[in-house]
Parts: sequence; C-alpha cells; structure tokens
Amino acid sequence: MTARLHILQPGPQTTVQDLGRHGFQAYGVPVCGALDGTALRLANALVGNEAGQAGLEIRLAGPAFEVVGGPARLALAGAQARIEVTLGDETRRYGAWRAIDVPEGAQVRVGALAGSGCAVLAFAGGVDTPPVLCSRSTDLKGRFGGHEGRALASGDRLLLGKGKAQGPCLELPSPPRVAGEVTLRAVPGPQADAFTDEAVAAFFATPYRISREADRMGMRLEGPPLAFRHGADIVSDGIATGAIQVPGSGLPILLLADHQTIGGYAKIATVISADLPLAGGLMPGGLVHFRAVTVAEGEEARRAREADIARLVASLVPVREGARIDEAALYQANLISGVVTALESS
Amino acid sequence: MVDAEAMTARRIDARARFLPVGDSAFAVEFGDRIDPGINALVHRTAALLTEARPEGLVETVPSFRSLLVHYDPLSTSAQALQRFIGGLELEDEAGQAPPRIWRIPVLYGGEAGPDLTEVAAATGLSEAEVIALHAGTLYRVYVQGFLPGFAYLGDLPEVLDLPRRTSPRVRVPPGSVAIAQRMSGIYPVESPGGWHLIGQTPLRFFDPAQSPPTLFAPGDGVRFVPVDARAHAAIAEAVARGRYESELEGGSA
Repeated sequence: MTARLHILQPGPQTTVQDLGRHGFQAYGVPVCGALDGTALRLANALVGNEAGQAGLEIRLAGPAFEVVGGPARLALAGAQARIEVTLGDETRRYGAWRAIDVPEGAQVRVGALAGSGCAVLAFAGGVDTPPVLCSRSTDLKGRFGGHEGRALASGDRLLLGKGKAQGPCLELPSPPRVAGEVTLRAVPGPQADAFTDEAVAAFFATPYRISREADRMGMRLEGPPLAFRHGADIVSDGIATGAIQVPGSGLPILLLADHQTIGGYAKIATVISADLPLAGGLMPGGLVHFRAVTVAEGEEARRAREADIARLVASLVPVREGARIDEAALYQANLISGVVTALESS
Repeated sequence: MVDAEAMTARRIDARARFLPVGDSAFAVEFGDRIDPGINALVHRTAALLTEARPEGLVETVPSFRSLLVHYDPLSTSAQALQRFIGGLELEDEAGQAPPRIWRIPVLYGGEAGPDLTEVAAATGLSEAEVIALHAGTLYRVYVQGFLPGFAYLGDLPEVLDLPRRTSPRVRVPPGSVAIAQRMSGIYPVESPGGWHLIGQTPLRFFDPAQSPPTLFAPGDGVRFVPVDARAHAAIAEAVARGRYESELEGGSA
C-alpha cells in the first residue's frame, strides 16, 4: 500500500520538480526542474532517495496536505520553515533540514519560507507522477509533466513512490544559510561585445534589485540601464539557464529553469552553474551583485560545489531528539543572523 | 596541396567561433545572419556530435546560425570539448534539397486569420494575393524553439516582410499560422505572440508523449495548402480522433 498526499492548501506555487528535462531543448522544450537543485539533492538524501527523485518545489510558503494510505517520510531543504504535523488533537512542530516520519492520517502544514524564496519537500520513494520526456518536472508553460502540467491545487491527490523509509530519520547538523545580499559569479558573454565597455563595467560594479516580475522563467532586475553599441536585437540563438539577457529597455533579466530555449536579445553574461541554486532562491526586493569570472574559474567552482554537496550528504546523522532545543526559536535566530554558510564560503 | 587546404577549410574551427556561455555551455557560431547554408552547417554539426558522443556532452541546441553545446563540467571542460569540435570536418550542404516536404492544410482569413486584412492593407496586396504568396512558397524548417514545437519557417517572400505587431496578443490559439519579418510559423500551444495571424491549421505539432515530440525536423520542407472551412472542420475532427495522417509531398507520412 503506497501512501498518497491529499492537498488541502497548495501554497502560492507548489510544483513537482526533479533535476530537469534534459535532451529536448532542440525541440523547443525547456529544461525546467528545481530552481534550487542543491536543495532537491539534499532533501532527497535526508529521506534516503536517489539525488534526482521528484519532490515538491515550494515558493514563498508551503502547502498543507493529509497523508493517506500509509505513513510517509519527508524532509524540507533549501529554506527554513515551520512544519506542523497534526494527528488527532496532537500537533508536533519541526524545522527544515531533517527527515520527519509522518503517520498515516496526519495533516502536514509547511509555513512561510525564510532565508530563500524556494525550497524542496522530498518524500521517501519520491513523488510518483508519470514521467514525460524522461522527467517528472512540471513545464508550466507547456502544460505537461509533473501533476497535470500545472502547480498543485486544493483537492489534488499525489501518489508517492514505493521506496520504504529505512533506518532512523536523518538530519543535516550544519545546514547552509543564505545571506541577505547575494553575489552571483557570472562569465561575460556570449554577447558582452554588444554592450558598451561602460555598460559591462557597470553591470559587474552595481548591485541590482530583484523586481516583482520574478517567476520560474526569470527575474527582471532593477538598476542602471545598460547601453548597447548598436541595439538589443540579435539573430535568435540558444539560451542557457543563468543567462542574463538585456532587452531594449537596458534592464537585465536573469533567466531561470523555465526559460525559453532560444531568444533574440543580447546576453551580457551567464551565471555559473555553482551559483544557480542561490539565484533560484532570490526574492523580489532582494539585492544581487554580479562578479565576473572566467570559464575555467566557473568550472572549478562547480567542482568545489559538488565536493561541498558530497561533504554535506556524508555529514547526515540520525536526529538527536533528546538534544533538540525548540526548533522554532532556532529558526527565528537564523532569520536574524543570516550569515554566510558552508556552501557560500566555498 | 589543394586537398590539404580544402580539408583545413572544412574544419569547424576554421568556419566558426566559440562564444562563452557560462561554465556548462558554449556557442559554436557560424555567422551572424539567417541563411540556409549557414543553418545547414549548424544542423550538420549537431548531427556530427550526436554520432560522436564526446565525453561530457549533455545536449545541443541548434538555432539559425549557431549551435549551443551543453556539457557537464564535472566530466569535461569547454577547452577540451572545443578542441574536439574544432577538429571535426563539415561538408558544404548549402542548396541541398529538403529530405521531405510536409503539406499543411490552412484555413486562411476570417476568424481563423484575424490579421489577414491588415497584412493585405500593409503590403498593398489583395487578401487572395497574400494567400497565394504564402501558400506558393516552399519553406525550410530553420529552427525549433522558443515554444515546444514552434518551427521558424523561411524564407517568407520579401513583399510580405512586416515587422511584428506593435502590441503582442496575450493569447494566440494553438494552430495559428503566422508571419513576421521573413519568417512564417505555427503556434503549437496557446501562448502570447506578436506575429500576424493569417490562418489556422488543425494539425498538431507537439506531443510530449511521442518521441521525437515534434512533427517537424530541422531542414524539413513545408508547404501550406489552402483549404475551405468544411475541409478544415473535417481534418480537425480526424485529428481529434487520432485518425489524421500528416501528408508529405509524394505520399503520406
């Protein structure tokens, strides 16, 4: 008997995501996948899954659901949030970065996210929606993949995979935290030469603010407009996740997982893959700096990031219930300190 | 001597430049304009890489004049992969006939093509002349992209060359046959869009349950065939029941 989730409240935008739909961009199919791939991998590790199994990506605030048909083991990673598990008249409160065993019939409520705009809730066995083009990721624009090609809604029923929760619940002893101001490393190009030298210098010298127009396709940035040598339009070419394209307004757009496969605006720089998970968690109103790096530095940073993730996965230990202080209090403290993390300082 | 020179000239690193696209991709750019010969080099390079499967290659994304190469920086580097690609040789394929030509039925004008009247006015042609020109052209599939299964079909006759609409539509229905600049296209799914809508086809161009998920392949030929409302409705019904076979010139697909 496999467990199911009955969605009571979906949250602002909760979607099924895995590590993305690779291999179909030549047909115009975007990659999609979790904005914070590191969070997906860590959440999966916490519940004993393989790194790329599908989970629920949560943006800004979490869903509420009932676990039916069997127990479930789940874990939230990528942001802090209060997780309430209610069975009968007893409610237990937990935080992120640890596995939680939820008994059959219990209701789970994931609160507002703190420290990042997105997080991933993984379940032992994964979320078992039908794969489409080799992935369970939701393509919101194409309306396929995930759960009926859309964000979750109240009343939805989701099957969990058969993987059994084994051994004790694990936790991550020193979870990564995100600083208020974020620096993203980016390689200039492919069309940095479409901009004036002053514009390229300004782009890497001035912080930009994330505007309200921010979704899984991309984030419009507010700051000094960037001047072109000739114009913003190029003959359309391929777009990579992390590309920073600049339309005629001169205001850059940071393109994320759901970006279209090709486009006709000049791209001043591309955020390196090691920093994409951080980019995915940016929230409207937040500030972002860009720092120029070379391709070789970007490749090296990615290898360092993989080593960090491997180290974090290796550091998982059984939850020490006795030693636990009030997690909600800890979470408040984290909100205030917001220091740079193990991941950040790599 | 001549042979050696010709061989060098066929190498990709003599015909293209590499542009940095972060730490997991780079572009192989063959030119800066829309041209069937340049586009053929892009698709030929993509096919060579699909065959060769060099270590660390993830996928390639062809566009008009460049190929975006995605790689895994944990198993190769831009430098190593560019050295490999640069040494591949390309034969000139410009002018080669398309491998197959699709016949796409279109109901032109009226509610099916709400911009046909405007297009006629802007080009100084009658609606019938616009239809005759649009349907009388053999198009090439340059690129698929921007939307799943959206194909850029060129080249549109010069007299139909119009800039995009100044105010894009919020919702363009699927199957809309559209033109802008020197291209024609068909919206495979509902989407916002700024092209001029001149007709409607009941065919489906993208199905994520199929492999490959798109009807067209790069380099395919496409011809539009005007049909009346009754034929359009009959084809739409056949498509809905899964009974329609897309037509190729010289026989069914």
